[in-house]
Amino acid sequence: MIEKADQIFVILAHWLVSFLPAWLQQPAMVLLGVVAIIVTFPALFAITVLLERKGLGRMQNRYGPNRVGPYGIFQPVADGLKSLTKEDIVPLSADAVVHFLAPVLLVVVVFMGYAVLPIGRNMTLVNMDAGLLFFFAIGASSELSVFMAGWSSRNKYSLLGAMRAVAQMISYEVPLLMSSVAVVMITGSLSLGKIVDAQNQYTYGLPHWYIFTPWGFAGFILFAVAATAETNRSPFDLPEGESELVAGYFTEYSGFKFALFFLGEYVGMLGISGLGTTLFLGGYSAPLQVLGFVPSWIWFFSKIMLSMCVFIWVRGTLPRLRQDQLMNFAWKFVLPLSLLNLIVAGIWRFMGDGWLRWVACSTILLLAYTVMARVGMKREHFGPRSYRYAE
Amino acid sequence: MNPLTGYLLVAALLFAIGLAGALTRRNAILVLIGIELMLNAANLNLIAFWRYGPHPQALTGQPDPLTGMMFAIFSIAVAAAEAAVGLGLVIQIHRHAHTTDLDAMNRMKG
Amino acid sequence: MSIVFYVIAALSVAGALAAVLLKNTVHCALALTVAFAGLALMFLELDAQFAGFAQILIYIGAVAILVVFAILLTRGSETPKDTVYSRNWIVGLVTAAAIFAMLGWAVLRSAPALPHESAAPSVTVMDIGNALMGRYVLPLEIVALLLTAALIGAVIVAMHEKESAK
Repeated sequence: MIEKADQIFVILAHWLVSFLPAWLQQPAMVLLGVVAIIVTFPALFAITVLLERKGLGRMQNRYGPNRVGPYGIFQPVADGLKSLTKEDIVPLSADAVVHFLAPVLLVVVVFMGYAVLPIGRNMTLVNMDAGLLFFFAIGASSELSVFMAGWSSRNKYSLLGAMRAVAQMISYEVPLLMSSVAVVMITGSLSLGKIVDAQNQYTYGLPHWYIFTPWGFAGFILFAVAATAETNRSPFDLPEGESELVAGYFTEYSGFKFALFFLGEYVGMLGISGLGTTLFLGGYSAPLQVLGFVPSWIWFFSKIMLSMCVFIWVRGTLPRLRQDQLMNFAWKFVLPLSLLNLIVAGIWRFMGDGWLRWVACSTILLLAYTVMARVGMKREHFGPRSYRYAE
Repeated sequence: MNPLTGYLLVAALLFAIGLAGALTRRNAILVLIGIELMLNAANLNLIAFWRYGPHPQALTGQPDPLTGMMFAIFSIAVAAAEAAVGLGLVIQIHRHAHTTDLDAMNRMKG
Repeated sequence: MSIVFYVIAALSVAGALAAVLLKNTVHCALALTVAFAGLALMFLELDAQFAGFAQILIYIGAVAILVVFAILLTRGSETPKDTVYSRNWIVGLVTAAAIFAMLGWAVLRSAPALPHESAAPSVTVMDIGNALMGRYVLPLEIVALLLTAALIGAVIVAMHEKESAK
């Protein structure tokens, strides 16, 4: 019974496909998987958008949208209808072909990343030997669409926003890869299925998730910082900051193309939280062994939505970083720490089991963080405040 | 026709197109684009021979089954490094001569 | 010869042709990206998964963006005064055609002698990792040194000189 609930989508897919002739069954399985991904993740996107607007509203001491339906739950429907019926304005001097292809490329690339994520037990769409490499290769291609959007609009604000966004995405891609390489090193495989299998074991009822190890905890935080910067999310959202650059690289987009950019950004966020969940939080495995009766895909979706809540929380709390502060942070703090994390993961692996490796690895990481963050980063010293608040 | 022949012909065609681009365009960056195409064509050649070449396990005293792929991976890395340095040079030349037109750079005196 | 090979080959060749023939430099760079993607698909068709994904990651994710940045920093996207082809473009075209003819003739003439194994060599990522750390460790270290030198060199070459900013 428990296994049936766990494998319900797989059983459903096999049952649906069994009506077709034998030579059509394999493509039909793949097609069903693709349709499931294209239906599920935009639905999660709609929920996330509503969650973000209500959550940000509450954090800013106001209600979010609450007119459309009880507690505003039909707001995504209203947003969707609005973006479908708005006029699609293309500037006269814009490069029409590139202007059209930029959101298309973004959405295609972002959905392709879901092919390797293990959404539940036996629920990976394509079980690749080098799955993690595929995800990063596909994610790197999305930077090109940002540049295409900014350049084709023939607008100085868009171009500036696009250059900043691409510089930021390139800078944070290296720490993203480095913190994942530590996980790959410990697991010994690039396949995401094997990484989840390695974390799916329990000692005294507690799981072997990588976040519960010193290098995994530091790696998860570095991964989260780099993922926030990769998806141009606050506090790294200078490329799309409304008070600086109008809307950055999608200033000249309206109507459905803007909705595609929005969709691409949030679905990309869901994808990279899915990857972070797989690498550090154990993918579809339950937190405690006693909770193993809950289906695996429910755990995966809960962990993704928890990551989205953390993203929204960070957006509502922290102020925006300036471009030079952002690049400084990437190259002088996050990258050295992720390299050190790699070394610490190696030390962890070769020290053998016991309490000594916990102490050693935690000490090294805490020492490095203290030295680099508290002592190394240049602080500006402000004098006494010389203005008065409006009374 | 052999599948390997098809891949080798495509690689030769890409090489020729890259060479034509490197030799006929004015902009220095397009010359570098042509060079990248040529390097990619060579990589395709390597991988095609790796795939369709004789299996080393069948013969004794032969190199291991990874030689072609390793060569291609190292070639990709070196090509990326060369593109970075080449584009840095082009940017610096533009700063000095205020143009990237290769036909205008026909004097050794700076 | 399967239909997939013809489609991917057509895509790559079309991208390469567009990259060398178009007038707008940024369009050339984007067509180059299409050619790279076509080549990555061909690597995947040849069962070289690691090489295919490395091609996408390095070429499309880094080299294409580098080319585009260089075009923007050198004002390459403005329309040029003269044509985009150099004065003696016919020489280049004839040279390239001659080289293609020679290579094509060599390939077609040696077609009976070419090897044609039907099964791909089975290579996992773990084999590649072991090889990189075992048999190919010296090339790996040399490439690492080369990349470091290229990194430092590119930064120094393209850096703003303070005294020439007048």
